[in-house]
Amino acid sequence: MSVIKVHELSKNFGSLQAVSALSFEVQAGEVFGFLGQNGSGKSTTIRMLLSLIYPSGGSIELFDLPLQANRNQIAERVGAIIERPDLYPYLTAKEHLQLFAKLSKQKISKEQIAKTLEQVGLSLRSADKVNTFSLGMKQRLGIAIALVHNPDLIILDEPTNGLDPQGIADIRHLIQDLAKQEGKTVLVSSHLLSEIEQVASQILIIHQGKKVAMGPTQTLLDPNKAIIHIVTQHDEQALSIIGISKYAQNIMQRKDGIYLSIATNEIPALHQFIVAANIPLLSFELKRSLEDYFLQITSMQ
Amino acid sequence: MWPIIQIETFKIFKRPRTYIAFGAIAALILVIQMGLKIDGESYAAFLMKDINNTLIVDGKVLNGYLICYILLQLLLVHVPLLVALIAADMISGEANLGTLRLLLTTPYSRTQWVLAKFIAASIYTILLLIWLAFLALFLSMWIFGTDDLFLMKSNYVVLIEGQDVFWRYVGAFVFASFSLLTVTALGFLMSSLANNSIGPIVATISAIVFFTILSTLNIPLFSAIKPYLFTTHMNNWKEFFDIKVTDSNEAITGSILNVAKIKNSIIVLVVHIILFVSASVWIVRKKDILS
Repeated sequence: MSVIKVHELSKNFGSLQAVSALSFEVQAGEVFGFLGQNGSGKSTTIRMLLSLIYPSGGSIELFDLPLQANRNQIAERVGAIIERPDLYPYLTAKEHLQLFAKLSKQKISKEQIAKTLEQVGLSLRSADKVNTFSLGMKQRLGIAIALVHNPDLIILDEPTNGLDPQGIADIRHLIQDLAKQEGKTVLVSSHLLSEIEQVASQILIIHQGKKVAMGPTQTLLDPNKAIIHIVTQHDEQALSIIGISKYAQNIMQRKDGIYLSIATNEIPALHQFIVAANIPLLSFELKRSLEDYFLQITSMQ
Repeated sequence: MWPIIQIETFKIFKRPRTYIAFGAIAALILVIQMGLKIDGESYAAFLMKDINNTLIVDGKVLNGYLICYILLQLLLVHVPLLVALIAADMISGEANLGTLRLLLTTPYSRTQWVLAKFIAASIYTILLLIWLAFLALFLSMWIFGTDDLFLMKSNYVVLIEGQDVFWRYVGAFVFASFSLLTVTALGFLMSSLANNSIGPIVATISAIVFFTILSTLNIPLFSAIKPYLFTTHMNNWKEFFDIKVTDSNEAITGSILNVAKIKNSIIVLVVHIILFVSASVWIVRKKDILS
């Protein structure tokens, strides 16, 4: 069952096309990673999913219901944090959760509020006003607000912003638990691509408002494919030699060197070819993380 | 919609800024009352100096009713500024804080949010007015006692019997609530147009000052629009203290000289409230939330 169905979605701000003909589906129970550089249209898309921004074209269905016509009904089943954890400085953490629990139109017990605070590690600070919180604590509270009414779909826009490494790991585990143990659908965007790589089962990459890649994380990170980062003393010379070889396909030059996309079993042959061609090699590095894939694919656009 | 009205009211009264207006009103009223308690007789003599030769006034001129009238004349001009502090911040303040987007992802429509916020701001306004009434009327009555109300208008004097005064204040405060709710609605409209707190507050105060000047200027060019300006009508609570007289110039107890003027003013103010709030709803419904 599709929880999110986006078809040909677009948004213009004057002459700027922030999102262009974007289509994707998110299935129930999966963690869907939403990747893109700053200004790529991620947050605009998320805001359209939450009815904060009206699309210029296309359609959005959540839980098989058209969003615009069923907005309030759908909102009961969605929890979200959007970019920054903006909260009321004069309210305590507990008051925030009580307030948003009340807004959810559901009966939420004190125990559930306490459990949610514990889930994000804020139990001991529940009576403190938010203006005494660090950015990381505000982020945790933002996540608690998204979770307090036990939503079916959780949309987390940059949830690890401001968190320390332990906090990032905690949120990663939380996202995994929400999907695996509670069967929630999670759409998560982050600039920390390695985080997405570890939690998402599906990934969508957008660049300049357009979809550039989408698929299961395992497929995008095909173990049989690799990206080789080569740094030489004379990149131009190296490029001209490699460019006429059988490795000429999927070669790209960037400021920090040359990138090649090849099958993993061809790596030794490539190395031998470079050495044999007397190319003064400074570095020959295998890269296969999503971050490299992301950088490569967005740079190629 | 009740839960969001409750939440919005709760949020207003959780903010320290809310109490500035209550504190300012209390401080002003208490200072004036203290001054009049200490040096009231000379103030009353000053008021009466022009008519002492023509009228013999028996009883206590400087009583709680007159003090209240003096206070209302002074304060009802400034209370709109205090109302603007909160009303003009209701939407823009949340946009500035970034919490507006959190609210608008909840299962309530934008129209419901705008109306709930306006109702909450109106509750604040009414409570401020009740606070003003408590201090200006009841506290003055307690400190200075009651007697007939003796008012000096520009070219005539009004004497209202003591037992005929209290209901007029009730009417005046009800009327003032319409005036202040118009300011609330105006502040609210300004708030829907901006994403920061200061701009709408300044814009609301500027609009009140601008239209008040237009309302008071006796320039024929502006005469045609004056009857439609809310500022022309805001001070018409004073009409409750103009009474009808018999042919022998005796006051008719329980009467108001110009009821139609009061009704007309209330209609103009209510129309302004409806227009300002409807415009706010329309703007917020159309708006992309980018803050």
